[in-house]
Amino acid sequence: MEVPGTEIFRNKEYAIKIVNSIKQILKELEKPIKIMHVCGTHEHTISKYGLRSLLPRELEILSGPGCPVCVCPAADIDKAIELGKRKDTIITTFGDMIRVPASNISLAELKAEGADIRIVYSPYEAIRIAKENPNKEVIFFAIGFETTAPLIGYEIKNNPPSNFSVICAHKLIPAALELLISQSQLNIHGFISPGHVSTIIGLKPFKLFSDAYKVPNVIAGFEPNDVLLGILMLLKQIKEKKFETLNEYSRVVKPEGNKIAQDIINEVFESISSPWRGIGRILDGGLVIRNKYNEFDADKKFDIKIEKSQDIPPGCSCHLIMVGKLYPYQCKLFRKDCTPLNPIGPCMVSQEGTCSIYYNYYKE
Amino acid sequence: MSDRKGSFNLIRLAHGAGGVLQEELINFITKNITFKNVNEGIGVEELDDGATIPLEDYDQEIVVSADGHTVYPLFFPGGNLGILSVCGTVNDLIMMGAKPLAITSIIIIEEGFKFDTLEKIINSFNFKAKEANLAIIAGDTKIMPRGTLNEMIMATTGIGIKDKNIKILDSNLKPGDKIIITGSIGDHGTALISSREGLNISADLKSDVELLTEIYNQLHQEINNNYIHAMKDPTRGGIAGSLNDWAKKSNVSIMIEEEKVPIKRQVHAICEMLGLDPYTIACEGRALLSVESTKAEEILSKIKSTSIGEKAEIIGEVGIENPKKVFLKTLVGGTRFIDTPLGEPIPRIC
Repeated sequence: MEVPGTEIFRNKEYAIKIVNSIKQILKELEKPIKIMHVCGTHEHTISKYGLRSLLPRELEILSGPGCPVCVCPAADIDKAIELGKRKDTIITTFGDMIRVPASNISLAELKAEGADIRIVYSPYEAIRIAKENPNKEVIFFAIGFETTAPLIGYEIKNNPPSNFSVICAHKLIPAALELLISQSQLNIHGFISPGHVSTIIGLKPFKLFSDAYKVPNVIAGFEPNDVLLGILMLLKQIKEKKFETLNEYSRVVKPEGNKIAQDIINEVFESISSPWRGIGRILDGGLVIRNKYNEFDADKKFDIKIEKSQDIPPGCSCHLIMVGKLYPYQCKLFRKDCTPLNPIGPCMVSQEGTCSIYYNYYKE
Repeated sequence: MSDRKGSFNLIRLAHGAGGVLQEELINFITKNITFKNVNEGIGVEELDDGATIPLEDYDQEIVVSADGHTVYPLFFPGGNLGILSVCGTVNDLIMMGAKPLAITSIIIIEEGFKFDTLEKIINSFNFKAKEANLAIIAGDTKIMPRGTLNEMIMATTGIGIKDKNIKILDSNLKPGDKIIITGSIGDHGTALISSREGLNISADLKSDVELLTEIYNQLHQEINNNYIHAMKDPTRGGIAGSLNDWAKKSNVSIMIEEEKVPIKRQVHAICEMLGLDPYTIACEGRALLSVESTKAEEILSKIKSTSIGEKAEIIGEVGIENPKKVFLKTLVGGTRFIDTPLGEPIPRIC
């Protein structure tokens, strides 16, 4: 199987060379070494290509809170569910989101009961649905990190139809990263930062943390050899006692990021202290739509209040798994009561969720 | 009375997607059937591609397969509902090692459907049946009120014949067997996804829907000599579903080598873009074979000599350790597990 443009990044000989270098450096380090990434796509690459099976056991690769579906609070999903129950309303959102259990049911269950819930691939599709259904309210349930925010910002900025609005549940990665770094009991020797988010925001927000907290950081791409090389670059820093933010993904990530996308985010949204499912409220951890665009903010347009919600159901360990304190198989519900068919916690739903990835690619 | 409450009491789309949920639905439907086979032939409990009716005093047995056909859109790149119905039925018979003889056809149509459209589908059905040398021997038609059915669905029964001593079954894989795929995977499902409303992906990609007759004819001798232990067309659930099915029913493990699995560039690109796994995506004109290792190369070259098998490859082998599991040796040399898909593949976010 030949994948165009990925010959180097999926090449077995290169992979073996990098793994051998990793093993070599590891000999000179005090073990175990713990490395954390904060991106569901990184976990996906690591698991899909069986990278852990290539690495020594004393090098632990932990999975942080990098799945946008997983960290979306139940209260926001409850809100979408309440709005979806209204007459003449269409809820649109990204695929994985509809299966996430909220306080009571999921959007998928509401859909099976007859509500009009549609999966879209981009916010633009939601706009198209709104134009085609002028007599219905079309609400886009917007989740994701810095990567998806510019897309929805662009639509809000460019005169969407008046029957269109947005539930804004966007989260920001650097704030979460800072929280993780500051939790010293996690004992993490280095971070692999997400290439996609960095493509938008650039290197600066990450440099602040590696400088302030003296933790090495590498921004990495999503092919298997990207991740392996990222790990090698981290281990070199650990060995040389350096604490820099390095860019492995330089073929895509520019130091200054994507200025146009940043401008759109700043024009339409402002950062706010925001709750992350399983983690709690994070200062500057999310985005809210600026007052200027109130008419497209579903929160303001419909005034739905969710009094009480439940992020982590009894027995579920998602809050510990998301911050790398437990592996999925250490949760007592994993693979028994909680499966991708019947997910109890949010990490079992999305293809980017740690529990779901472990369920699919590992057998203990 | 079932004890299903709330959403567990609802049939979801994923119940038809060839994964674990579908297994659950089939078990639900078949659990109370008590009379399951004729003359100790293969019956419903085997959940194989078809069933057999051994004829007393003869060396041959009748093979029967049943199939419902729905597709959206009705016309897709490389085929339509009529072609899909014949190919699906014929291929199920061939996967049991049988020679297809006849087909029945049930057509259920929504009120308001156009004669012109029906004609195109029926013409395709008839043409393909003729190509497969298949008699269309019975049928039925029903019309349902507008809105109670989407456009049109078909249901078929395939009838074939085979020698009693031919044993090609999901439960018949032997340790050491080589696994062959007869062509690139995922073309059908990906072509459908890319032609569906809203996606606007233009790709030079057609469904792989095709009769497997040519391959069957080439392998006549190997089938009769039982060098081919199992055959399966990886439709819903893709090769991930089929391989897991085999591993479970035969109590073996299967190791697949990622670099050997033929996947078209377009299929790869679309799957990567949408976060789909080509191993779980349906094919409609491919077969997986589990064959005697000493005969594998010979069988492969026979398949490669056909017009539909040029891209055939040996992609893995059957083992005994870690039974009931399917493993993948990845491109970079790592090992991971391939699971039975759970339901309808859905694209991920970023």
